[in-house]
Amino acid sequence: MRPFVYEQPADISAAVAIASRFTTNDDQPTRANAQFIAGGTNLADYMKLGVAEPNRLLDLNRLKESGLRQIRVTDDGIRFGALVRMGEAADHAEVKRRYPVIADSLRLAASGQIRNMASLAGNILQRTRCEYFRETSWQCNKRVPGSGCAAMEGFNRQHAVLGGSDACIATYHGDFAQALIALDAVVHAEGSRGARSIPFAKLHRQPGDTPHIETDLAADEIITAIAVPAVPWARRSLYLKIRDRESYAFALASAAVALDLDGETVREARIALGGVATVPWRAGAAEQSLQGKKLDETSAEAAADAAFAQAQPRQHNAFKIELGKRTLVRALLETRDMKA
Amino acid sequence: MSQPSALSTNGLSRRKFMAGTVSAAAAAPLLASRAEAATPVAAEPKLRQPVVTSLRINEQPYELSLDTRTSLLDALRDHAGLTGTKKGCDHGQCGACTVLVDGKRVLSCLSFAVMNEGKDITTVEGLASSDGKLHPMQQAFIDHDAFQCGYCTPGQILSAIGCVNEGHAESENDIREYMSGNICRCAAYPNIVAAILQARDETKGA
Repeated sequence: MRPFVYEQPADISAAVAIASRFTTNDDQPTRANAQFIAGGTNLADYMKLGVAEPNRLLDLNRLKESGLRQIRVTDDGIRFGALVRMGEAADHAEVKRRYPVIADSLRLAASGQIRNMASLAGNILQRTRCEYFRETSWQCNKRVPGSGCAAMEGFNRQHAVLGGSDACIATYHGDFAQALIALDAVVHAEGSRGARSIPFAKLHRQPGDTPHIETDLAADEIITAIAVPAVPWARRSLYLKIRDRESYAFALASAAVALDLDGETVREARIALGGVATVPWRAGAAEQSLQGKKLDETSAEAAADAAFAQAQPRQHNAFKIELGKRTLVRALLETRDMKA
Repeated sequence: MSQPSALSTNGLSRRKFMAGTVSAAAAAPLLASRAEAATPVAAEPKLRQPVVTSLRINEQPYELSLDTRTSLLDALRDHAGLTGTKKGCDHGQCGACTVLVDGKRVLSCLSFAVMNEGKDITTVEGLASSDGKLHPMQQAFIDHDAFQCGYCTPGQILSAIGCVNEGHAESENDIREYMSGNICRCAAYPNIVAAILQARDETKGA
């Protein structure tokens, strides 16, 4: 591991000031010399592997702003401080009651220990588990821009069928993000150019020709909070996660679903897909195909077909299209049958 | 056996220097303005400079001089001499390194030791009472033969204590789900679940 200087800024403005001193506007947050750390479950792992090489770590855990550690429920929705731990949010009574899809997505992620460590903001920024990204001896356009992608012709069973490019098909493996994108969450961030709000759907970038650019954030920007709007009918929502083993594994396919129903007819559907795409993936076409329809197996299957219409399989991951469709159909029907 | 010790490599650490300055200012209010002028400029931290880190491990104070790259796991094993906490994968995939930090179960391999300044750490060495009586979770693992090789056991036991404290041991299914971060290569899982059920019932309300 590269040696690093460790600092504990006292507040957000101090953290931004240090980061801005040791980074430039062109630096990607994941490649900058100075990087922020909270839970460390993703960054410490990637530093050990030599994938992340900051020479300065700014520990956000001692920041004095108490809002960073709070979950606030208001009439407008729910606001998660960036440093709230995954386990705390998963166990929060109002989160479970109002947004089952959020609580499920957190509960089914990682392990008890990791959920106690990992911050919510760090979780949404977690980097891909692509085997060729993790092991530095392989070519990887995300890790070393322009070096090529070993996954294209390699063992790409885990890789994305949606949102990929010729440069990168690395999957975004997070779960919480699928619930957030489905519910139109907003991310609040502060940096040297001030505070701003980013719609969750604009936070992550599809790889295109620049897979090393993973998010819209600047290297000196800190996520301070994640706000989820009030969606009263989100009580009828769930997160279904399918994986190689029952627990403590990343999704092969997952679905975040929230339904506004009038009897069995869909007023509005929110759908996001995990484990199958390069970024958190809102399935807009599937949502539209259900609008005004009676939700049954036939309409659910049509929605699933719409969700994967643009899918591009590679040698080993074509199974994800069928698995992803079946996951979505089951999630839709189980959500319909919830007592909400 | 190892003893809590001060291992600072240089004679006057930055932390001690800062502490000394602060107490001097408190003791001599008339000199406050001079002391204030001297304190704000902390020395710029340097690469490869060891950081003195204070940890409370099993209720004993430790002051360790550490490279910032040292994981909490390596600090416990190699610097504090507490080798009960095991290194399995060293990447957060197996749970063998589980300890309690301020009462919560975490993976010591994915935590830099310096981030734990001032925290209370509990390892498997700190579970038995001073008269040698085992913690109910340790005794339950013995009673139910909840291990074969034993390598994952310290992590299993610490994780199990955390799991019960979190209220996530209500049913066998709960235990299986919330203990999924601890892998047992010998597959003693049914016995581990039985041990946790026993210890849960014994420690309820304790």
